[in-house]
Amino acid sequence: MDLDPSEDQRELQQMVRRFSLDRFPADTVRDFAAPGHFDRSAWRELAELGTFGIALPESAGGVGLRWIDTVLVHEALGAALTPGPLVAATLAAGLVPGVLEGEVVPAIVERPTHGAVVVEHLSVADVLLVIETDGIRQLDPSSLDATLLAEPTDPATPVSLVRELPLGELIANADTAKHLRLLGSLLASAQLVGNAEGSTALAVNYAQEREQFGRPIGSFQGLKHLLADCYARTEVSRSAVWAAGVLVDEPEAGDLHRAVAGARVLAGRAAAENGKTCVQVHGGMGFTWEVDAHLFLKRAWILETAFGSIDEAAEQVAESLSASLA
Amino acid sequence: MHLRDSESDAEFRAELRAWLADAVTTLPAPPDATDWPGRRQFDTVWQNMLFEAGYAGVNWPAEYGGRGATPTQHLIFLEEAAAAKAPDVGVGFVGQMHAGPTLIAEGTPEQQAHHLRGILTGDHVWCQGFSEPGAGSDLASLRTRAIRDGDDYVVTGQKIWTSHAMVADYCELLVRTDPDAAKHKGITWLILPMDTPGIDVRPLMTVQGSAEFAELFLDEVRIPVANRVGEENDGWRVTNVTLSFERGTGFVGELLDTTNIMGELVELAQRTPRGAGTVWDDDGLRRDIGAIAAELDALWAFTKRNVSQGAKGGMAMGSGSAFKMSYATVVHKLGDIALRVLDRSSLAFDDIGGESTGAQIHHKLKGFAVGIGGGTSQIQQNIIAERVLGLPRER
Ligand SMILES: Cc1cc2nc3c(=O)[nH]c(=O)nc-3n(C[C@H](O)[C@H](O)[C@H](O)COP(=O)(O)OP(=O)(O)OC[C@H]3O[C@@H](n4cnc5c(N)ncnc54)[C@H](O)[C@@H]3O)c2cc1C
Repeated sequence: MDLDPSEDQRELQQMVRRFSLDRFPADTVRDFAAPGHFDRSAWRELAELGTFGIALPESAGGVGLRWIDTVLVHEALGAALTPGPLVAATLAAGLVPGVLEGEVVPAIVERPTHGAVVVEHLSVADVLLVIETDGIRQLDPSSLDATLLAEPTDPATPVSLVRELPLGELIANADTAKHLRLLGSLLASAQLVGNAEGSTALAVNYAQEREQFGRPIGSFQGLKHLLADCYARTEVSRSAVWAAGVLVDEPEAGDLHRAVAGARVLAGRAAAENGKTCVQVHGGMGFTWEVDAHLFLKRAWILETAFGSIDEAAEQVAESLSASLA
Repeated sequence: MHLRDSESDAEFRAELRAWLADAVTTLPAPPDATDWPGRRQFDTVWQNMLFEAGYAGVNWPAEYGGRGATPTQHLIFLEEAAAAKAPDVGVGFVGQMHAGPTLIAEGTPEQQAHHLRGILTGDHVWCQGFSEPGAGSDLASLRTRAIRDGDDYVVTGQKIWTSHAMVADYCELLVRTDPDAAKHKGITWLILPMDTPGIDVRPLMTVQGSAEFAELFLDEVRIPVANRVGEENDGWRVTNVTLSFERGTGFVGELLDTTNIMGELVELAQRTPRGAGTVWDDDGLRRDIGAIAAELDALWAFTKRNVSQGAKGGMAMGSGSAFKMSYATVVHKLGDIALRVLDRSSLAFDDIGGESTGAQIHHKLKGFAVGIGGGTSQIQQNIIAERVLGLPRER
């Protein structure tokens, strides 16, 4: 047993985070969703780092590491607020030619049981993958009856409304679909952990600099305890996400489905709560468009719904409890 | 990073599991919670069995009589013991988790020779005399006075919340030896034999209805200078060696106990009729339990992370604090759910309807012990804010 990342793994995280902050600085993230703002060359550079193929074998053009490494990379991407269909690209890289290299930009969505469907990044995607119970189907985004929504909740995540999803071509079987959904949930959770850490760092920084009553606001215990809670939530949820990541590689060492569901409950809450705290700690500044606090919070809300909600995840954990007693 | 056992860990686990399966069947029935001599006797019998089998002091260095196992194997020991429903460390807690490790780190060879074996065999029970009525969170402000008189210290003062003092043989005692020095600089760490004249132990009833801890009145108690651990006035540093054992892995047994209690609560919910079905059919409640289970899983993963770091040289600053405050919160939340499941069966500590409902209420109250004892959750928050996040001190 070893649940502590190696030097190499920490360096991989730092490398991705530095690259991301450099190529996707906050100013571009802020209106990334606006038409024409998706930077294809930066996306290609991100792909060239190996970002979307961390766990793909080298023979398939990947980096040949493991899923836990992919989890660590997504944590770094989440902390840097990196925009774009990151989870979609990581899931599609082994299925759709060109995604791994960043030439083909994918979007991914689960087929809803009824009604219209909201799809992230569809407006910039070359291909749409649909996760269904019987497998994964591929669609051409340009063939869809879709409307780009004018005001996405997260200004860095463009969303389109698709009134009806046609069937499309089956490109993977039901088992793959199930597994990809699980991985998608986990990678979104990994980004949520990074997000929780990032918003905490932003808030701590402000608390150290901003002065009121003649001293830094971070010296007030009311804020200190809020921020200590943020730290604790980040570390606890990070532990859950890492354990789930290791279980993808070693499914015999535990209950992978329960671990992924549990990770979502913890990471979703951590990011949402820490993001709220970040806005509150910034006072009036926190309520402005200009300060990054809302970007963390809004991204957290988006990720929280990716591949299953917190409620659904809590239900899954509960079911695993009654199954283990049966 | 990996979670599976290495070959040697798997071997250790298998042997231990086999031994535990047999050993627990030979234990007498556990005594009543209020029967202190009985509890001491029971815990000693178990500790003795562990000692004979080579499982006492799993994480203690071999040269001090321990097994010298890795931190990972210590974790496996605690995990398997809980799974086998073996007794927990009980009254051996302070000796095995605090006093013993402190003596290993700071004691003289004579002190080590005299005390360590007794702790491992279970024959010596220790208690911790740190807190005072005026010195809790601000432990360094303690006032119990020790005045040097020849080869003795003469100690007068009062300690409080001393767990298991009623059955202890020794007490790790913090005293003030220099009242004029800065508060951290005038404290000394002494070994107090509990049969020394001048000690008055008055049990205190806890919210759980049993006397888990006591007040200790010390009236001119003579303690040989040879019982001093570390230098005179260096006791605060020695104490921090102890406190570092108190955070992190110190709660593994408790965490596993909470996990068991949660499992029992799930079974109880599935058996308890309510409305047209059972309590378990309540979506809101079931999801809340699912979320608690997720938090306990996460704390277990956090423990593994901390142990992994510990094995490489040291836990990250703040991890112990984050663990302890999060664990206290989970116990409180689980307790809240227990009341929702129990409903009117929560009106007594007695078991009702043939179910072990009382254990749930006892465990609910335990949330306070976790969130108060060994540094309150607020103190943990202060530690994280100032020492990890680098926020400025208030004063
Ligand atoms: C079950 C149990 C067993 C124990 N066993 C032992 C034992 O064996 N030996 C022993 O020596 N002690 C023991 N203790 C004592 C324990 O360590 C103290 O209770 C604890 O350190 C708190 O001290 P206090 O009770 O004086 O509370 P106080 O320090 O008076 O705290 C009261 C409240 O004020 C808050 N507070 C205090 N200072 C601050 C601050 N700076 N910032 C924010 N909030 C603050 C606290 O969080 C708390 O909510 C035990 C306690 C319990 C509950």
